Amino acid sequence: MTVRIQTADFDAGAEIAALRRGNPKVGAVASFIGVVRDVNEGDAVAEMTLEHYPGMTEKAIEEIVGQAVARWEVLDALVIHRVGTLKPADQIVLVAVASGHRGDAFAACEFIMDYLKTRAPFWKKEKTGKGVRWVEARASDDIAAERWRLKG
Amino acid sequence: MITVVYFARLREALGTGSEQIKLPGTVRDLNGLRALLIARGGAWEQELAADRPVRAAVNQTVSHGDTQIADGDEIAFFPPVTGG
Repeated sequence: MTVRIQTADFDAGAEIAALRRGNPKVGAVASFIGVVRDVNEGDAVAEMTLEHYPGMTEKAIEEIVGQAVARWEVLDALVIHRVGTLKPADQIVLVAVASGHRGDAFAACEFIMDYLKTRAPFWKKEKTGKGVRWVEARASDDIAAERWRLKG
Repeated sequence: MITVVYFARLREALGTGSEQIKLPGTVRDLNGLRALLIARGGAWEQELAADRPVRAAVNQTVSHGDTQIADGDEIAFFPPVTGG
């Protein structure tokens, strides 16, 4: 399991190839890439800056991956999240999960992403034609994470 | 002494990213610390008011108002997260 916070871009193909290299038990790899949109709340976004809490951010994502490993068959997982200044169409985040079967890979990947959105300490600040503003948290992200709560 | 760190909108509004605070004996939990900071008035009172969406962590673990704090702890206050 690997968690990396970095300013540099990433090569998703190379990262995914490395994730499953040498492990013939892997039958499925699910991945998600988050990308900077050029519009938010109806305003054109020129650029975005991501801030994090060094130490806690890595720890929080490792805990989320640990929860995924406890719930699904995860042979390996990778999370790369960029910080610093990004422009529209830039990649922000990569989550990749290798598993024996697709069901576990899909579920674990989506779970990690939904939890990351609501629990990992990152904050986005965007520059639009109206000036610079901090992005507000969305209730829909809380609802997405809540779906994974175990019942009973 | 405790270390208190602030992030994102809070860091900017409060004008500081980190400070050392000597805890009065009466402050034992996060609620107590928040009240101590609010008592500074101005931006502190506005940004940390009870109705503002402020999150907190003690030693890099998400915590709540009744979480105990002690000398040597690292306390963080920040807005709801918006990564991904």
